[in-house]
Amino acid sequence: MAKLVVHQDKVGDIKKMLSICPFGAMEEQDGKLVITAACKMCRMCVRKGPKGAVEYVEDAKKPSIDKTKWQGIAVYIDHTEDKIHPVSYELLGKARELAQKAHQPVYALFIGYNIEKAAEELKHYGVDKIFVCDNPALEHFRIDAYAGAFTEFIKKVQPAAILVGATTIGRQLAPRIAARFRTGLTADCTILDIKENTDLIQIRPAFGGNIMAEIMTPNNRPQMATVRYKVMDAPARSNEAEGELIKLDISPEAIKSRITVEQVTKKPKEKTIEAADVLVVAGRGIKKREDLSLLRELAELLGGEIACTRPLVEAGWLDARHQVGLSGRTVRPKLIITCGVSGAIQFVAGMNNSENIVAINSDAQAPIFKMANYALHGDIYEIVPQLIQKIKTGAKI
Amino acid sequence: MKILVCIKQVPGTNKVEVDSVTGVLKRNGVDSKMNPYDLYALEAALRLKQEHEGSTVDVISMGPPQAKAVIYEAFSMGADNGALISDRKFGGADVLATSYTLSQGIKAMGKYDLILCGLQTTDGDTAQVGPEVSELLGIPGLCCVKEIVSADEEAIRVNLELPDAIEKVKVSFPCLITVQKDINEPRLPSYLKKKATQDKEIKVYSFADMDDQDESHYGLSGSPTQVRRIFPPVSDKVQEDWQGTGTELAQRLYAQLQKQKFI
Repeated sequence: MAKLVVHQDKVGDIKKMLSICPFGAMEEQDGKLVITAACKMCRMCVRKGPKGAVEYVEDAKKPSIDKTKWQGIAVYIDHTEDKIHPVSYELLGKARELAQKAHQPVYALFIGYNIEKAAEELKHYGVDKIFVCDNPALEHFRIDAYAGAFTEFIKKVQPAAILVGATTIGRQLAPRIAARFRTGLTADCTILDIKENTDLIQIRPAFGGNIMAEIMTPNNRPQMATVRYKVMDAPARSNEAEGELIKLDISPEAIKSRITVEQVTKKPKEKTIEAADVLVVAGRGIKKREDLSLLRELAELLGGEIACTRPLVEAGWLDARHQVGLSGRTVRPKLIITCGVSGAIQFVAGMNNSENIVAINSDAQAPIFKMANYALHGDIYEIVPQLIQKIKTGAKI
Repeated sequence: MKILVCIKQVPGTNKVEVDSVTGVLKRNGVDSKMNPYDLYALEAALRLKQEHEGSTVDVISMGPPQAKAVIYEAFSMGADNGALISDRKFGGADVLATSYTLSQGIKAMGKYDLILCGLQTTDGDTAQVGPEVSELLGIPGLCCVKEIVSADEEAIRVNLELPDAIEKVKVSFPCLITVQKDINEPRLPSYLKKKATQDKEIKVYSFADMDDQDESHYGLSGSPTQVRRIFPPVSDKVQEDWQGTGTELAQRLYAQLQKQKFI
């Protein structure tokens, strides 16, 4: 097992060593330097401490796996009944790009009941093989049954990497599968790349988006990653149907479930901020609740929706479904106009992939200006009403 | 009903910086608290206990000895027993190694009907540990539970949030569920309970207490993922600063939106 060994004679100033550890995992006990259970093995002490004070003793090398036996980039097709979730198309686009780079085929895995017709549609998105598990037992999402079908797919196909949309289904299915195969799973990747040997380069925000981390799963297969909706680009639908549809036969034993689905209620179709092409976001610069109608009007004129920052939800001005940010929704509209939003990192992490960012704020120091395409230094109460007026009169002409 | 809640101690804030020259993580302050999402899981457990006579609620955490603080917090809210999984050998664990260690610790603690977890943590932000633990324990795991409908001695009924639907399901014990935030309103710690439990013993499980004694399954060695590097987020966007009167700015923005065909 990899471990850190302290050589007391080389430590020198203990206090200085204690300050190096970012996790406070070093203590002085009876004049000796001790590493505690808070250690995260970041090895900062090895690099930054006096030479030889802390030594990193590596593992005996694990036998490396034969990566050539694991081929293909697979995408799990997320769906409700026969409606495919758009994140799955986005992932197929990314899978195609990765596959070309590493000379791999693209696979789709579609699990459900009465889905063959919907599976045909996947042929327009550059998939080489579409594996379909169509079974009455898979009509409703049941984690144990779906995991059973997923397992059969991996055993049979042995893909090098699997991409799963970070939906409420993907977020429970992917970890279950990763644990079953004792492999790595990287959540909410924002950038994916691949090496010639099919090693996936996964980049995700860490510490609430304050830092980016590059993560790899170099000695396990399949490699797994989840990606949120609207992070990757959706590919264009090709007119020609290509690719092969393959039925995956699954034994009833593999998909038996301890879960009984008693009722399925469709969520009411609501206009979600995730689906909007244009968003007008209200921040703390909005002085009172009634003023939201101004922004709502602008949003309507632009064919979009109103959204907001966390404090407004906490104040009860808008419902949590309108909240953009880490603790709210991730959005990627074509245009986002932030009005009186300072741009805290938690907010920015939920919208920084927007195509066009217009920020209106009277505070020249507002962090939102650092990431806006158009930083308008001014008062929303002056700019927005005039803009609305112009759009209205302009539209009449 | 025997209930176990998994809780975690997390940093009080996510404010971290990377030294751009050395690539070193600068983490300020040592403030810590119970992962806010776990409070909902704990509250859900305590309510089930109230409704079902003879039930117990235990808590388990993994971390340095200081993490006992969140277990004491759970006691002051009404948890019965607590255990901490702590060993230097568990350091550097990724999602899989963490989940594996937790599942080993849970097995060491005993048998439970229901295991409850928060949706995710505020520091790791992956929402993966709960589902992985359920797999490693070989029990069903239901995630993103929106509502606990009812429970009896054998099974629990919950409403699950799916992308386009709400699914009402029944699952027999043992099982694991992760609950959404806002599923309930967590109670505040009780001062009396805090006083009464301040010396309560917390069992600490180390590597030696685990059933699986293969060191390569824990910590850094047991982690399939490797963090290759960390770096500050970069922005390469075109940026324009616009100054002027309200009228000028409104005009300019109108022209820009028109140019980009938003109007």
